[in-house]
Amino acid sequence: MTPAVRASGLTKTFGRERAVESLSFEVQPGELFGLVGPDGAGKSTLLRMLAGVLRPTSGDADVFGTSVVRDPERVKTEIAYMSQRFGLYSDLTVLENLSFYADLYEVPRVERAARLERLFQFSSLKPFSNRLAGKLSGGMKQKLGLSCALIHEPRLLLLDEPTFGVDPISRRDLWLMVHEMVARGVSAVVSTAYLDEAERFDRLILLHRGRILDSGTPEELLDRIEGEILELLATPLREARAILATHPSVLRVAVFGDRLHVSVRSIARDRSALEAALREAGVAIHEIVPIAPTLEDRFIEAVEKAEAA
Amino acid sequence: MSAAVVARELTRRFGDFIAVDRVSFEVLEGEIFGFLGPNGAGKTTTIKMLAGLVRPSSGEGWVAGLDIMRETAAIQSRIGYMSQLFSLYGDLTVEENLAFFARLYGVSGALRKERIDWALEMAGLEDRRDRLTAELPLGFKQRLALGSAVLHEPPILFLDEPTSGVDPLSRRSFWELIYDLASKGTTVFVTTHYMEEAEHCHRLALMNRGRLIALDSPKRLRDEMKSPLFEIRTPDGLRAVEALKGLKDVLDVALFGRALHVTVEDAGHTVEFLRERLRAENVEVTGIRPIPPALEDVFVARVREAGGAIVD
Repeated sequence: MTPAVRASGLTKTFGRERAVESLSFEVQPGELFGLVGPDGAGKSTLLRMLAGVLRPTSGDADVFGTSVVRDPERVKTEIAYMSQRFGLYSDLTVLENLSFYADLYEVPRVERAARLERLFQFSSLKPFSNRLAGKLSGGMKQKLGLSCALIHEPRLLLLDEPTFGVDPISRRDLWLMVHEMVARGVSAVVSTAYLDEAERFDRLILLHRGRILDSGTPEELLDRIEGEILELLATPLREARAILATHPSVLRVAVFGDRLHVSVRSIARDRSALEAALREAGVAIHEIVPIAPTLEDRFIEAVEKAEAA
Repeated sequence: MSAAVVARELTRRFGDFIAVDRVSFEVLEGEIFGFLGPNGAGKTTTIKMLAGLVRPSSGEGWVAGLDIMRETAAIQSRIGYMSQLFSLYGDLTVEENLAFFARLYGVSGALRKERIDWALEMAGLEDRRDRLTAELPLGFKQRLALGSAVLHEPPILFLDEPTSGVDPLSRRSFWELIYDLASKGTTVFVTTHYMEEAEHCHRLALMNRGRLIALDSPKRLRDEMKSPLFEIRTPDGLRAVEALKGLKDVLDVALFGRALHVTVEDAGHTVEFLRERLRAENVEVTGIRPIPPALEDVFVARVREAGGAIVD
């Protein structure tokens, strides 16, 4: 089967800055594939190259077998690309915007009604069909933007941080819309800066400063985490933190509200020594429980390793 | 401990629209107080009233002991404000930016140098003081923006989605700075859409349609969620959503990759009821189990209980 995306040695430099450095990966047809990393990691640059709108400095990527370097125009017919500044017409209504994009993408008239119905089912936008796009809230605008990008039936979706700045309720609708396309066999590459969204992907790459830190399914990434994590509620918290930060068994310690997250190599081996050290210093332990590590823990571990190397 | 911020029946109308509707709360000195809510819930208007930028239609409020109706100028010198769109000058150096904000806030004389040095150290920017701000990585810019916002040692700090887009390592070091400020008595107000950020707060206020609908610690908000939550694992997530969405007794369905989070009305007939419904629709299920709610589930449930998010 031809992969939806096959990137090999994809590189983009702006002046002296290497935005994306020699990335190679494949996205299989029907896969929901994540690009996960903070601002400046190279996510937007990578998506723009895959969309055929930005020419790589070196390397290449095929989208369903078509090279983004040699035939970017043909690539554009296979994809729907939603950038962070998707062009909605604020003085047109929701329905008028959708019709405009349906015309632009030459969606046959007979298919439009059914397509709109599907999009409305997951976007919850139907009651607002006649509202001006300029009068929508931020989350609703984002859902309309995605609906416009999905009005035609692309083979590959490229979405650049579709949930940025969107509240949790609208965010759930946006993800349902993406899942709906994937369930219909469309492939999707979606970027996000939020690691708690990374668990939604079939597979993902963690990007940092233009390079791949790690890749795989969310489960595979979680399995690679070396340490285990204890959540600690103790007073005084600052004292507890100071003691643990220098304790030889502790890999790292972070504050979360009124608690600490303490990474150790092995809870079974290290726990009693930590508790003893805290008690000895007069720290009162109110609660200490193992918690499941998250993809954020994996990201931090991978960044620390990459920077130490 | 005394209250650093008091809001009592704060209300703001714009024409017929009630943006903020009789909101009351107190924030303690040194507390990290999170402000959550859907877009349009009234969070920004509430903060603007407290900061003296918008006049309340009715109600009262005090910030650092100052009356928000009568002492707005004094309030503005007692608060710091940092937004996701950092108001830094890219073509000034790190130190020049700090000097600019010091002058703006009226920090002068020997104190100015002392505070600028303090901010450089706090932000870890001592050896970058001559760098152009535009050339800094985002995490450093963010710490510089924080340093600029607290140069005048405000007892109250407002943060508007402070760590959007920042990498997790920088975000952790940013929050360390916030905890440090709070432990020395600074009161911190945070607005955010991201639950990982909300988890860092001592207490969370949730607003919807202008009203305050919940106020408690993240842990107690999770513990007190009334409607049970189930995780359903299935290779056919979307069809499972369609089979369950809109059913009586099913309050919410969300899809997370290969798992659904389903909130149901009460625990009486849950697992079997869900399993049967999915079997009737021929949806393959590989597992159903009750799970503890995440903050996002609590947020969605509370907004729903309060009548749903406002729509414009």
